[in-house]
Amino acid sequence: MSEIKDIDALRAQLDGTRGKEYWRSLEALSGTPEFKEFLHREFPQNASEWLDPVGRRGFLKLMSASLALAGVSACTRQPTEELVPYVRQPEELVPGKPLFYATAMPFAGAGMGLLVESHEGRPTKIEGNPDHPSSRGATDLFAQASILGLYDPDRSTTITNLGDIEPFSAFVVAMRSVLAAQLSKKGAGLRILTETIASPTMAAQIDDLLTRLPAAKVVQWEPFFGHNAREGSRLAFNEYVAPQYAVEKADVILSLDADFMCVGAAGLRNARAFASRRRAENTGTRNRLYAVESTPTNSGSRADHRLPLKASQIEGVARALAAKLNVPGVAAVSVSGEAASKFLESLAVDLQGARGKSLVIAGDSQPASVHAVVHAINAALGNVGQTVSYTQTPEARPGNQIASLRELVGEMNAGTVDFVLILGGNPVYTAPADLKFGDALAKVRLRAHVGQYEDETAEKCQWHVPEAHYLEMWSDVRADDGTVTIVQPLIAPLYGGKSPHEILAAFAETGGGERPGYDIVREYWAKQTGLSTAAPAAPPVVVAAPVPAPAAPKAPPAGAAAGVGAGAPAAAPAVPAPIAAAPKPALSPFDLAWRKWLHDGLVPGTAFATRQVTLQGAMPPAATPVGDGLEVVFRPDPAVHDGRFSNNAWLQELPKSLTKLTWDNAALIAPGTAKRLLLISGDVVELKQGGQTVRIPVWLAPGQAADTLTLHLGYGRTRSGRTGTGIGFAVNALRTTGAPDTLAGVQLTKTGDNYELACTQDHGSLEGRNLIRVATQAQYTADPSFAAKMQEEIPKTLTMLPPRSYEGYAWGMAIDQNVCTGCNACVVACQAENNVPVVGKSQVANGREMHWLRVDRYYTGDDPDNPDTYHQPMPCQQCESAPCEVVCPVSATTHSDEGLNDMVYNRCVGTRYCSNNCPFKVRRFNFLLYGDFTTESYKLQRNPDVTVRSRGVMEKCTYCVQRINQARVASKLDDREIRDGEVVTACQSACPTEAIVFGNLNDPNSRVSKLRANTLNYRLLEELNVRPRTSYMAVVRNPNTTLEPAKPTNGEERG
Amino acid sequence: MAAKEHVPDHEELALMQRTPAVIAPGHTFESVTDSISSIVLTKRTTIGWFFGFALAFMFLMVLNMTIGKLLLEGIGIWGNNIPVGWAFDIINFVWWIGIGHAGTLISAILLLFRQQWRTSINRFAEAMTLFAVACAAMFPLLHTGRPWLAIYWLFPYPNTMGLWPQFRSPLIWDVFAVSTYGTVSALFWFTGLVPDMATLRDRAQSKAARVIFGMLSLGWRGSARHWQRYEMAYLLLAGISTPLVLSVHSVVSFDFAVSVLPGWHATIFPPYFVAGAIYSGFAMVMTLAIPLRKFYGLEDFITMRHIHNMTKVMLATGMIVAYGYANEAFFAWYSSNAYEAYMMLNRMTGPYAVFYWTLIAINAVMIQLFWFRKIRENIPLLFVLSLLVNVGMWLERFIIIVTSLHRDFLPSSWDMYYPTRWDFAMFTGTIGLFFSLFFLFVRFLPAIAIFEMRTIVPEAKLKQHHG
Repeated sequence: MSEIKDIDALRAQLDGTRGKEYWRSLEALSGTPEFKEFLHREFPQNASEWLDPVGRRGFLKLMSASLALAGVSACTRQPTEELVPYVRQPEELVPGKPLFYATAMPFAGAGMGLLVESHEGRPTKIEGNPDHPSSRGATDLFAQASILGLYDPDRSTTITNLGDIEPFSAFVVAMRSVLAAQLSKKGAGLRILTETIASPTMAAQIDDLLTRLPAAKVVQWEPFFGHNAREGSRLAFNEYVAPQYAVEKADVILSLDADFMCVGAAGLRNARAFASRRRAENTGTRNRLYAVESTPTNSGSRADHRLPLKASQIEGVARALAAKLNVPGVAAVSVSGEAASKFLESLAVDLQGARGKSLVIAGDSQPASVHAVVHAINAALGNVGQTVSYTQTPEARPGNQIASLRELVGEMNAGTVDFVLILGGNPVYTAPADLKFGDALAKVRLRAHVGQYEDETAEKCQWHVPEAHYLEMWSDVRADDGTVTIVQPLIAPLYGGKSPHEILAAFAETGGGERPGYDIVREYWAKQTGLSTAAPAAPPVVVAAPVPAPAAPKAPPAGAAAGVGAGAPAAAPAVPAPIAAAPKPALSPFDLAWRKWLHDGLVPGTAFATRQVTLQGAMPPAATPVGDGLEVVFRPDPAVHDGRFSNNAWLQELPKSLTKLTWDNAALIAPGTAKRLLLISGDVVELKQGGQTVRIPVWLAPGQAADTLTLHLGYGRTRSGRTGTGIGFAVNALRTTGAPDTLAGVQLTKTGDNYELACTQDHGSLEGRNLIRVATQAQYTADPSFAAKMQEEIPKTLTMLPPRSYEGYAWGMAIDQNVCTGCNACVVACQAENNVPVVGKSQVANGREMHWLRVDRYYTGDDPDNPDTYHQPMPCQQCESAPCEVVCPVSATTHSDEGLNDMVYNRCVGTRYCSNNCPFKVRRFNFLLYGDFTTESYKLQRNPDVTVRSRGVMEKCTYCVQRINQARVASKLDDREIRDGEVVTACQSACPTEAIVFGNLNDPNSRVSKLRANTLNYRLLEELNVRPRTSYMAVVRNPNTTLEPAKPTNGEERG
Repeated sequence: MAAKEHVPDHEELALMQRTPAVIAPGHTFESVTDSISSIVLTKRTTIGWFFGFALAFMFLMVLNMTIGKLLLEGIGIWGNNIPVGWAFDIINFVWWIGIGHAGTLISAILLLFRQQWRTSINRFAEAMTLFAVACAAMFPLLHTGRPWLAIYWLFPYPNTMGLWPQFRSPLIWDVFAVSTYGTVSALFWFTGLVPDMATLRDRAQSKAARVIFGMLSLGWRGSARHWQRYEMAYLLLAGISTPLVLSVHSVVSFDFAVSVLPGWHATIFPPYFVAGAIYSGFAMVMTLAIPLRKFYGLEDFITMRHIHNMTKVMLATGMIVAYGYANEAFFAWYSSNAYEAYMMLNRMTGPYAVFYWTLIAINAVMIQLFWFRKIRENIPLLFVLSLLVNVGMWLERFIIIVTSLHRDFLPSSWDMYYPTRWDFAMFTGTIGLFFSLFFLFVRFLPAIAIFEMRTIVPEAKLKQHHG
């Protein structure tokens, strides 16, 4: 409009000129300010430039420059970021050098003491805490895999209320209003459902809440572990106590359906203790393990005598044994079957002969009455105080969880519950099917769920709050022996998760609802210890640094600095600093203690004292009637447990120790029973009982009891995450409160369908090969070097080359098969340490799994329903004359002067000839792009010292060469040799039984050299002259000669 | 039977009485040149050719697609796994290389042994060699995880890092063997073509053909000096090629023999592989010759004599191969090595036993049919049998590679191998490439050496006798 106006004005101006005043062009007119104005209106900024031949070029330059700059800045203003280097570098933080922090992993009602490796603030690897009584430096597979869980991109990230994202303050406000409403009712409508509480702070918070709201109830539900043991102890002693086993003191051990070395809070401790009597270098008497079990367990695979028996018949065995041992109050029961009665006969004699040095352990899945009988047997054998002692339970509030859950469901159905807070766990998925927990939950008016995933339970609740991972929160937890570890965070919550303490703080009287977990835990412990939190007024000039580096029998990988939480300074040699050291704040008495607890990973003096218990006179009646027909036993999945780890790809892809299945669960069935029912592995069957059916493929499991199907829980999740959703088969439908462990009278129908299961080891037989060398104690005593004699004769003219000599270090590994339980902790540890990718079910089914370390499982013996089982961890053997090296056309795998087969990823073109020529088939090939290069959160987990391999590249075990090099750097700084035990490979460090020993073969005093010199030492496939650096210890079994008459050394493996 | 133009000497007569002639009677220099060059120059391209070429080209496109997917996604699209690191890729490589061998044998060794009957089949047998080597050479490269690096890291080239290939690896020997073989075969083939290019140049109707054949004939004028030098060059190349017949497949067999794997680690492999190569190569020559002589009316040049001779070579080499099988089985027992024994047992009774027995049925049993003259003269049956021999030899490589790998030392690592659709796509794709090239060859180049054929018409003998 204005232009038109201007043109009008121009016209007016032209009109206003007198006579013939010509204008030739616009140029002529442009002298007038009006016209200039006009032009500037039309080309607002650079109009005049167009008219200027020189200026136009300038304009174009400007234009292009501004366009380019517009492209750079895009639409958003970049935030001002300032890179600020450390003015004072924190003493313990050296980029590239990991720090280790002590913490603990709470799991199923107990804690496991850990050291967590942290690279520049990223936790990357879990190690056991050598000072911690329950782990002694080892870990189990769940702890190893939990680091991946921390970085799981599928964890819930936001607090939601009916799907809407809310701030935490809104949640607190909602909780405060619930609290206000409940105060008048004394909490009659308030229910809190948690997992088993093993945190003293949390127990105190709950106690505080229940004092104020006495009518409120806290219900605990843990799908596995402890139900029967708890009730068994109450039956036997009329109080809840926890048996603490001293397995190392026992000469004769009987396990009744117990996987006491691999499962449960004391598993690691028991395994270490058991191994101490079985090692190759063991000079004392070997212990003897009898196992009576319904389904093969890892502990059972180490048994000298194993009796597969239906779960319901095991009680009969326990009672018959008790009667034979003259346990008062137990009626004699006859045991059917010749094998079983002979077994029992010899067992009773053996146990009698080892009074005070024997031990009977009942498994979690055996009914409470069996636990009670076992307590009585141990008492009758004089084991109490010797091999078994009793303490209070590590869980803070022991009780009958099944009964209280049933009660909760009743109340929810009755509508008397106004609000339920589900604090951890996934009860909608894990609760026994007959409770119909999900339906009952839906009847509660207000429901809140705190969990790491938006899972089946979160789906049914209005509120969902992301729960912090244990590596993200402040907490505390008791180990099975009572020792408390302060759980300290390694990283700020990645997804804004809240710890249970912070959630419960919303119900606290003080603190206004929102309190950091740090304060809550500290406050509890300050109160508990009575130490003052006030700093001394006049601080001394130098505060003694209260943190010695952890002096441990099994140190964390060398070169690692010992760090402590909360930025406490570590003791360091006084070096003149260019910049003055930061002023050290004076520490209160509590802080001094607190920092030591954090550093050591445990609170001293918190282990439980032994408690005197008295047996109740009468033994309870037998709980389970011995039924005919098929029986189902329920177990947590060996890899994903009750389903809580189902989104953890490492655990999904982990070959389950005894079946070697990945990515699925299957109903385990004895080969004999399968033959009778015309079933083969993979056949889908329908299991029916009480109107409930489960469809699941069967898997033939040698060692399984006849007519018994083992169903593993944890699969068939409907809301797990991109890894765990929809895989496997949900078996929860058959599990009821009445039969949570063993279900009798199951009907099996063959559907005719077949389901492909991805198994990593198709072949369990040794095919008569001398790969596993076994002798009995008698044979070993007669001929200690039997293993060498099983070696095929090696031709003397095998090679014309002189043996290669190794100056300096010669790394080697010795694996003691006597103590390997096949627990799989090493496999996951290797995966975590070496950035081993996950490939998925279809790739595993095609034989392309990437694990650098596999644990081979072989069966020997004549009876497929009760074979001897052996585990053989198989890392790269690091052959001295390695067949892989000579065939690589580009020298991508070469020999180091310390004897390692190094893999040069950058040079590898991927011909796979090395793998073809590897007699052990330990090489792994990236057939496709298996490494995850895109998921941001997983990038944080990666070990920065190990390359993430790309497509088309061969990879394999390196003996953790990065750890060797860290130790080398550390030793060179000190101008010394690397000490024995300074290099600890990831598998070795995780191993609960210390079956893996690594070290320098050139050092005659190293542990590995000594093992090498042991007569049990042998190397695989020696006749090929590959000269492996990894050697194995032959197995010495310790059978009872009355059950297994002595045979002369046969010189052949029993295949 | 006898030619009318001249009186055959008694030697020729005797030869003719025993066996059919290497060229049908009645041919003159002119008729030979006419009938062979007309295929290229004057005859209309038949519908059959177009149909055949289109089919072959379709599979060539399948090959392109497969290679594209392979480069984008990785060799995981195949069925290879751990422990079976090599499967179709190396089977196909060995198979194609083996097929090539007959061409070299025919052109070089038979030339040096002055076997005149080779004349009419050597040209297309050499072309077959070249195309087979082209198909074969693709696999060692594409089977690697990172072919973009393998393509030059496998060659010894000077570089600032001082990195060389590892000369102890049989795969490096392969690189040298196959690249030498390819180069010499190409040279040999082209040298042999030069005089015929000149013939085509001289007889070409179109300008384009004259120019192209003119360039390819390298100024050949047929002068005595040209002939003298040509003969010398050709003989030299034959001399160079001759050891290659033995060495290339020996080196290929080292890929296996040098390893420690039971079923691979065998000293009999080099002769056994060479014999197998010649065996399969002659089968392929037969597979190609039978339709070729039929569709292009070349029965006069590729006569029953050739067919007879080829079946005899196949019989002889097939028996060597069968001896190899027997030998493997014998040593599996005689060595009393448990791994060797299991390997043999697994071949005979394991999951892939059906392939082993098919292979035995073809290569050890069926081959005995060639003892009978009736069978040697039954052209359609021979065509089928030659195809079966190719199948048998492919299965032989499958058995050697897959059954040895899938169950080796530790039973824990045993696994099965199943090919995927991409394995088959790659294999049929190379067959498509081979036949595409072959169709182009028979259409645009003289499939039979014209000038060499001229040397065996009776006219040439006459001149010899009178001159």
